[in-house]
Amino acid sequence: MFAFIISRIMQALPVLLSVALISFAMFAYVGDPVAIMLGQDYTQAQRDALVAELGLDQPFWVQFGVFLGNAAQGEFGLSYRLSRPVADLIAERAPATLELAFTAAALALLVGVPMGVYTGLYRNSWLSRFFLTFSLIGVSLPTFLIGILLILVFAVWLGWLPSFGRGDTVALGWWSTGFLTWSGIKALVLPAITLGLFQLTLIMRLVRAEMLEVLRTDYIKFARARGLPNRAVHFGHALKNTLVPVITIVGLQLGAIIAFAIVTETVFQWPGMGLLFIQSVGAADVPIMGAYLLLISLVFVTINLIVDLLYYAVDPRLRIGRGKGGH
Amino acid sequence: MAAAVRRFFDSDLWWSFTRSPVTVVSAIVAAICILGAVFAPLIAPHNPFDLASLNLSDAFKPPSWEEDGAREYLLGTDDQGRDVLSAIMYGARVSLLVGLSATIFATLLGVTLGLLAGYVGGALDSLLMRICDIQLTFPSILVALLVDGVVRAVLPRESHDQIALFVVIFAIGISEWPKFARTVRGSTLVERNKEYVQAARVIGVKRARIMVSHVLPNVIGPVLVVATLNLGLAILSEATLSFLGVGVPPTQPSLGTLIRIGNDFLFSGEWWITIFPGLALIAMVLSVNLLGDWLRDALNPKLR
Amino acid sequence: MRKLLMAAALAAGLGAGMAEARTVRWAASGDPNTMDPHSQNLGTVTMVLQQIYDTLISRTQDLGLAPGLATRWEQVEPNRWRFWLRDGVKFHEGQAFGADDVVFSITRAQAPTSNYGIFVDTIERAVAVEPMVVDVITRVPDPILPNKVASLFIMSRAWSEANNATRPQNTRAREEMHTVRATNGTGAFRLQTREPDVRTVLARNADWWGWSEPSSREANVTEIVYRPISSDATRIAALLSGEVDFVLDPPLQDLNRLRQAQNIRVLEGPEVRTIFLAMDLHRDRLLYSDVTDRNPLKDLRVRQALYHAIDIQAIHRTTMRGQSVVTGTFFPPQVNGYTQSEDVRLPYDQARARALLTEAGYPNGFGITLDCPNNRYINDEQICQAIVAMWARIGVRAQLNAMPLNLFFPKIQRDDSSIYLLGWGVPTLDALYSFQSLLRSRDGGQGNGIWNYGRYSNPRMDELINVMVTQSGEPRNAAIREALRIYREDVPHIPLHHQMIPWAMRSNVQIPHMANNQPYFRWARMN
Repeated sequence: MFAFIISRIMQALPVLLSVALISFAMFAYVGDPVAIMLGQDYTQAQRDALVAELGLDQPFWVQFGVFLGNAAQGEFGLSYRLSRPVADLIAERAPATLELAFTAAALALLVGVPMGVYTGLYRNSWLSRFFLTFSLIGVSLPTFLIGILLILVFAVWLGWLPSFGRGDTVALGWWSTGFLTWSGIKALVLPAITLGLFQLTLIMRLVRAEMLEVLRTDYIKFARARGLPNRAVHFGHALKNTLVPVITIVGLQLGAIIAFAIVTETVFQWPGMGLLFIQSVGAADVPIMGAYLLLISLVFVTINLIVDLLYYAVDPRLRIGRGKGGH
Repeated sequence: MAAAVRRFFDSDLWWSFTRSPVTVVSAIVAAICILGAVFAPLIAPHNPFDLASLNLSDAFKPPSWEEDGAREYLLGTDDQGRDVLSAIMYGARVSLLVGLSATIFATLLGVTLGLLAGYVGGALDSLLMRICDIQLTFPSILVALLVDGVVRAVLPRESHDQIALFVVIFAIGISEWPKFARTVRGSTLVERNKEYVQAARVIGVKRARIMVSHVLPNVIGPVLVVATLNLGLAILSEATLSFLGVGVPPTQPSLGTLIRIGNDFLFSGEWWITIFPGLALIAMVLSVNLLGDWLRDALNPKLR
Repeated sequence: MRKLLMAAALAAGLGAGMAEARTVRWAASGDPNTMDPHSQNLGTVTMVLQQIYDTLISRTQDLGLAPGLATRWEQVEPNRWRFWLRDGVKFHEGQAFGADDVVFSITRAQAPTSNYGIFVDTIERAVAVEPMVVDVITRVPDPILPNKVASLFIMSRAWSEANNATRPQNTRAREEMHTVRATNGTGAFRLQTREPDVRTVLARNADWWGWSEPSSREANVTEIVYRPISSDATRIAALLSGEVDFVLDPPLQDLNRLRQAQNIRVLEGPEVRTIFLAMDLHRDRLLYSDVTDRNPLKDLRVRQALYHAIDIQAIHRTTMRGQSVVTGTFFPPQVNGYTQSEDVRLPYDQARARALLTEAGYPNGFGITLDCPNNRYINDEQICQAIVAMWARIGVRAQLNAMPLNLFFPKIQRDDSSIYLLGWGVPTLDALYSFQSLLRSRDGGQGNGIWNYGRYSNPRMDELINVMVTQSGEPRNAAIREALRIYREDVPHIPLHHQMIPWAMRSNVQIPHMANNQPYFRWARMN
């Protein structure tokens, strides 16, 4: 077990390093930081002094090392656009994104699993067909279009829900939460649906496929033959067996949710990391872009590692024959 | 040739195609989208890229069936006096171009690496599959955004518009190759141990030749399925990037760009500027997805 | 940050307990990029800062002058203005206000990193003659000094020194300092929470000296929550659904709908701001053009051709939906010095434009990049798009480079543009401000040509501007008239229009519409 963890961490390191290299290259070589800092009139001596002060006369690897050291301490310098430390800016916005992602994932699970079970059990009912068509449309509709249409219907026409922002938030230490106020919860609804819809359809289809597969197995046939009631068979035996792959997929999809949060946050002006990132891309705010890139990579590598460990814990076969056969 | 055509119409594939009305409809819709896009320069009523032909006084015309509509502009005009129908056709062209190119790029890359991994095996295999694993955990849209962001940051702003199209194609393509590599590798592993391949090897056929002429034809089916499903995804990714304002330049608007621009006018009553491109995008992606779904089921007898 | 958030939570809790809590939720498209009072002279910055900081002389609702931190002022000598300061004023953090702070603020605005030099250009120095009396000594007699100091925010010397902020933040060098996100003014509202790009919360300063003034007696706003909402559609959706009370920049395409909506009021009025194209008239080769052997824009005929090619009426009608005043000059009638007879455009005439281009040696036109902000002025990007299409018809292949204001302004401030769209407001309501900033040769003199990024330079124009600085009465007016004529003949800019600025709000909000596009919540009432 321990050796396995170590080997996985060793595999994750090169990924993080290469991402770090990319973001460092962006910091160092995009534009000419010296020219930007000096403005229009400067002497060669002033320029040399600034170059030395910034450490830009050091060899590449030394500069990269310094960058890594700073990054490890969460030190990414100042945002070009907002003149504030990047780490602070990201930390301020992280709660918004995480709460949105969490709600969307919960929504996708709580609605997607029952729908999947239903469509798996009653393959040919009209409701199942409706769910399936709906899910295909859900996959084909771009997230941003869903968001826009939801705003149009629920915020503008019906006026039920807010169209932008997080509503009122409450500070719990450094964490600002929208869960504790009514307006915060209302503000969460439309973005969470927008973000969760794709995952919802994905989970539904996955649960359905797994259910169909499991229901065909001898194990279920045997359970039925023993005369167990349908409900016990479906929920006690079948569903239980479908949940392992579902949970892994949901884990992996957390990453996708955080990524698509960029789109959702843009549509709803949700003050999270994704919106910050998009605004930074628009403004070529390299420190924020680089930091976000590194942070997201770290999150993904961590999620991947946890999922791997779960797999390892759940499925004993993996302990012997890892890497053989595609999944 | 004629025999091949006859064989196709006799095949299971064709039979299953004609049996599914949804599939037929989506094939027709997809065909309309593709033909409209490909022949846009010939059949579009206007050329929205020709700035000199735009007339600001024609801006904001509603669709022709509405009260103030002009016959000349079937689906109305946008804020600059561009014909929405033509803009959609040209936009679909850009969307399709990006989607197809990105998918082809991803296919070529994925198939090549997948073949190598599966056939050569060993260290190369585990290295490539590790990269696949890692990349698959990153959603493609994020990879595309990051690649796009990096390229934008590295290249001077002035050259963005010229290369933006290639950047987007590259970004989307690079984000999707692992799916192909995985599929091909799996099939290759199976094929490699089949007798005919073993036999070819025994009589001394070169590795590369075996891969290309024996293994490749047998893995192409699943690749086709993945590619079709992926096309829809690639078109959506492009639209999303363009909607975020980091995709193709506004001088060559794709469907996503049109939707983004039109979005500002959605609430003011000029709904046609954003709704029509939105419908076109949905029609295109939905039909491609339905075709892909059907193709997967048709090629996979287990699910029938 | 943590402290700020806790303070906000605490304040929110307190606010809820107060019987008369009136929060106005306000939205506009852009967020101020700094809270430093002298670093960025941009409407987006001042719209927040003027709620927090007072000036020596304040503006009335029709932009006249009224006592502010100074109760009285007088030109005691030709080169000396004297200001008698208001007693008993305190800064938000408790420091007592005095002459020292005024001297400090004027000096700070003169620092090289200041973007407010134009307001202090004639000032040699300021001296505290008594604890509550300040003399401002000018290098030349400056009749319009009161108009200028009406735009100059007053800071606390002690606070600035304690926080290492004795000179304005240098936005070009990207430095962080205390004033980027903290404020300490004497104004009607104090800054409570500042989350860049997310929200800025201001709370009523109950101790403000002005609440007893007649114009503010009815004012009852206790809290201002400002949120930037960049998407037009979202901003309007928020107003319609009642999530915001006041939108400073409603998109023009939505005005009709807003006028028809219940509970929504649209206030319309002209703004003292003119939109025009300015261009590089200095370099021998343009930075962004396919003409590599010369600068086509230095040729008057080319400038005239670009001018003739613009169908301004179409822009007025369609892009601006009638919400603009077409002009042939660069400041509107509200500004002292405006001359009707010089407000004449070169007519829209494509044939003439093509002929001029051919005459200048560009029968097939040329390529150039048009830099344009996309979130600063009303429909700025759409205007640029329309112009690019119009130029295409005379063969000029313009590439549009539209970008957010935080990229656009640094870019043009580095003189890194060949032709760009700019909007110019005139806070002093005097022509000199525009002439000096936009057309004066850049010779290092305080305020000279600080926004003349095309580096237009005409010795006669410079002389006339010098006359405007030093003289008054008829000689000054004559100089303005002649300068306007030169402007028309020289085409240093291609003028487009004066902006109209509709404001949209819930009908329970009452606030005077201001031609400087600044909402003064000290005069606002929520019913």
